[in-house]
Order: sequence, then C-alpha cells, then structure tokens
Amino acid sequence: MSVLTNIKRKMFSEQATPYVLLLPAIIMILIVVLFPLLFSLYTSFTPYKLTRPDTLWKFVGLRNYERIFTDWDFWVAFGRTVLFLAIVINLEFLFGLGIALLINRITWGQRTLRTIMMFPMMFSPILVGFQFKFIFNDNIGLMNNALQSLGITDQAIPWLVDGTLAMGAIAFAEIWMSTSIFAILLLAGLFAMPKDPLEAAQVDGCNAWQTFRHITLPYLMPFAYIAMTIRSLDVARAYDVVDTMTGGGPAGRTELLWTLIARTGYDSASMGKANAMAYVSILLSIAFTYFFYTKLVAARRYMGGAQ
Amino acid sequence: MSSQTKTTLNWIGTFIVMLIITMPGIWVILSGFRPLQEILAKPAIWIPQRLTLDNFRAIFGIGETQIAIPVVAYFRNSIIIATTSTLVAIVVGISGGYAFARYRFRFKNTLFLGLMLSRTVPGIALSLPLFILWARLGWIDTQFGLILVYVALNVPFTIWLIDGFFRQIPKELAEAAEVDGCTRWQAFWRIEFPLAKSGIASAGIFAFLTSWNEYALASNLTRSTNSKTLPVGLTDFIAQFTTDWAGMCAMAFIIIVPALVLTFIVQKHLIAGLTFGGVKG
Repeated sequence: MSVLTNIKRKMFSEQATPYVLLLPAIIMILIVVLFPLLFSLYTSFTPYKLTRPDTLWKFVGLRNYERIFTDWDFWVAFGRTVLFLAIVINLEFLFGLGIALLINRITWGQRTLRTIMMFPMMFSPILVGFQFKFIFNDNIGLMNNALQSLGITDQAIPWLVDGTLAMGAIAFAEIWMSTSIFAILLLAGLFAMPKDPLEAAQVDGCNAWQTFRHITLPYLMPFAYIAMTIRSLDVARAYDVVDTMTGGGPAGRTELLWTLIARTGYDSASMGKANAMAYVSILLSIAFTYFFYTKLVAARRYMGGAQ
Repeated sequence: MSSQTKTTLNWIGTFIVMLIITMPGIWVILSGFRPLQEILAKPAIWIPQRLTLDNFRAIFGIGETQIAIPVVAYFRNSIIIATTSTLVAIVVGISGGYAFARYRFRFKNTLFLGLMLSRTVPGIALSLPLFILWARLGWIDTQFGLILVYVALNVPFTIWLIDGFFRQIPKELAEAAEVDGCTRWQAFWRIEFPLAKSGIASAGIFAFLTSWNEYALASNLTRSTNSKTLPVGLTDFIAQFTTDWAGMCAMAFIIIVPALVLTFIVQKHLIAGLTFGGVKG
C-alpha cells in the first residue's frame, strides 16, 4: 500500500474526519485572530512606534502596562466605558421588558409590530452613529428643530458639543440600536411561558405585581441573560457609534476605551502602548461575556429546579 | 381602570415606542431624497416641498453637481468583499458545523469555546496587530486582506448556526441512506444538505450583513478606492470641510437598502436563531 493511500485512509477514518472538517475554520482563526493576538501581546511589551520600525525589537517588559495603569486618561476612559455599558445594558433590559409587555398584550398585528421592532437591527452601528449625528446636530438636527418648532426653546442645544449632553446622545443611540434584542427575546419568553402557574397564582390570590415579580420575571430572566450574553459579545460596536458621532470629543469627554485605543495606536502611532490597552479591552469583553453567561447558566438551573 | 382604557393606553404606548424606533431611520432616508437647501432651512421645513433624486445622481457622478467622493468604487468594493467573504465563510461553516453536529471527538468543547471566544475580541483591538502584519505582507488596502479578515470574523457564528440546523435533522436519515448504499458524502449531499439549505442560506445572510456593515477593521485596513467599503466611505463626508448632509443621507440609504431587504427575508430565522438557546434550555 502506498503512503498516499495510507494518509488518505487515515484522513477519512472516522476519528480524523471531524478534525479535517474543522481544519479550514481553525486555520482561518489562527491566521486572523490567534496569531495576530499573540503578536500584539508581544508588541505590548515593546515601545513599538509606527514611525520607528526598529523599536519593534526592543523589549521593555511591563513598562507599557505600568504606564497605562498610572495614566489618568486611561482610567477615566476605562471607568466611563464600564459605567456606560452598565447603564446602557440595564436600560436596554428595562425598555425591552416594557416593550415586550406592551406588545404581548396586543392581540392584533403582533407580527407586524415585531417586524417593525427589528428595524434598528438592520442598521449597522456606523449608520446608527451617522443617523444620530444628523438628528442631534445643533444647527439642522431633527431634535433641535422639533424643540424649536414646538416653542420649547429658541436656543440651539449643543447636543454633541457639550460633554455631558454628548454622552447622553451616544447612550440614546446605543439604546436605540440594541433594545430590540431584549424586546424580541423577552417577547419570545412571554410567548413560551406556560399559563398554569399564572392561573394558580391568581387562584392563590396574588395581585398583578406579585404575579409579575415572582412568576413572570423569574421565568423571563434566562431570556434576558441570553440577550445580555449576545449583547456583551458586541459591546465594542460602541466604537463605531462614538467614532462617527463625536470622535471621542469634545476634549476627550466622550472617550471610551476603544476610541482611546484607536487614537493611541493610529493617531499617536504608539502601537506598543495601544496594544497593552487593547489587551485590557479584550479582558473587559471576556469578563462581560463570562459574567452574563454564568448568570444565564444559573438562571437556567434555577428554572430547572422550579419545574 | 377599565380594561377598555387599559387597552387604549397600551396602544398609545405601543404607538409611541414604534414612532421612536422608526422615526430616526425614516428621517434619514427621507432626507436623502430632499434638496440640501430644504434640509438646512431655518425655520425647519417639516413637510417636504420637493423630492428629488439629485443627491443620488451626485454621489454616483451622473448629475451636473459632482462630488469628490468615489461612491461607485466603494459600492463595488463592498459588494465584492461582502459576497466573497460570505461564500467562503459558508463553505468553511458547513464543514465545521457538520463536524460539531455529527461527530464526537476530543477537545470538542474546547474547540467550540475557542471559536466563540475569538468573537469576543473587539474589532479595534484586533485591528492593531492586523494593521502591522498586513502592512508587512502587503495586504493593507487590498480586497483580499479584508476578505480574509471577514471570513475569520464570520466563521464562528456561521459554524454555531449551521451546527444548530444540522442538529435538528435526525441522524437516522443519513444513517438509513448509508445502509442503502450511499457513501457518507452522498448521504450528506443528497439528504442532509438539502434539509439544512434554508438555514444555511440565513447563516449566509448574517455573514453578508456582518461584512457589509463592518467598520472598525475596515476603517483601519483600507485607504483608497482599492478596497474602501461603503461604511468607511460614509465617513469621507465628515472629513470634508462642509458636511454634505443630503449626500450622506443618500449614501446611508444605499447602505441600508440591502440590509433592510436581507433582514426582512431572514427575520423568521433571526428570531428563531436568537431564541433558540432560550427555548431549548
């Protein structure tokens, strides 16, 4: 038997087949994700600047990390990012729950409403950013035009020029973009919910709030955590939104971790430092995903115990 | 409160929510068809006086008013890059998804987790090393460079979806075919693939949309008409001295139309895909 057929037989033997089938996927991830990430880990230990290529081979240990951890701007951006995500995701959950409950009560046209609800999901983050840059424009934006036409104010409110207002406008854009995920999942949860426990609660004399708090809500939580897990996978999409709406300005007042990375890496060309920050952002993303995933598992176990 | 008032309040609430959801997008799309003077007018003109295709003519360079932004080239790049990366991601996804759905093997869970974890890496964080490496390989500002990135970006999600679709098909079907003398490949190609086809198509649409909409990586790995995609091109307008809002809205319309149509086609799968994990437990 020739070597070739031997290899061929090995490749198509039952044990090897799954690995062969997965090989293209593994190779792609190796080239585009894993190897670059190892390279950027190395780069984060060098003072690499794009303008001076030879600095790539100088090893400085943890100096970049020391520098960013003592950098006030970094901590402000980091804190702002975590706070922003915490607020935005909680509000998305609350609004999504509200919308799901509203639509659940409606008996006519539910399907159409659900389709409309998916409208924001069709918009790419970059479009959402552009759209709200347009709407919150102080001069010609829909927001100020509406306020002025209604006679509420005759000022041009500087939505994207004032730091606090700009952060609010960005949060509005984020919430507009992602509330649908929560609404759709929670609505699916409401549809799938068995009616018996609700009836039993009514028989036992629970009022509407008690029924909601102790039966509906626990049943919906796994759905909410799925939404949060999905959402935590793409929190970094906020980069696209902020980059178009304010570019991190005014004077760094809307700078999130991701825009700071881009500014450090591309505008200041300090790739070493930017890669160190990038690693912090990767850990943040993994932490968010892991946090919601464990919540999801716990909620499911709780549900399993209740049934 | 009577149930009549409750229902009315419920409808009012729903109406307001739907208005907030649809209004911003409709306003942008509408503005794409309005002359710039009307958009800039003070006090605001609420009811459009005149609808026009001039903005579209301008960005495609067929009107009297020419603009400096090569939207046609960006459009072509977007189509080529999104289509190619989708096709490759689908083939790789079918192969990988089938492996996860039908085989037991060592490191299965580790591999699956690893694939999914690769999705959590923020685009901007990944763009830094890719920028350095692609520059050395000469892949910066090439369609190939971006296609490669998008395939890897899409593979985990397509594998996850396609794995789910294959799981829904009973194993016994293919086994019966094998008993009847089909090879494993024939059993897959004649029995399992046709059954999973619509699911695979929807996975393809998701992949296409991801590539079509991606910005963080594209904005840093492309530079010129060689490979710049539409989302990156949209920010060309911002860099200009005066913002051409009408042109931007027209371009936004061009980006949103394929996304709108495709999402509409897969909405059933989208909802099923989203809720899959929840119902199955």
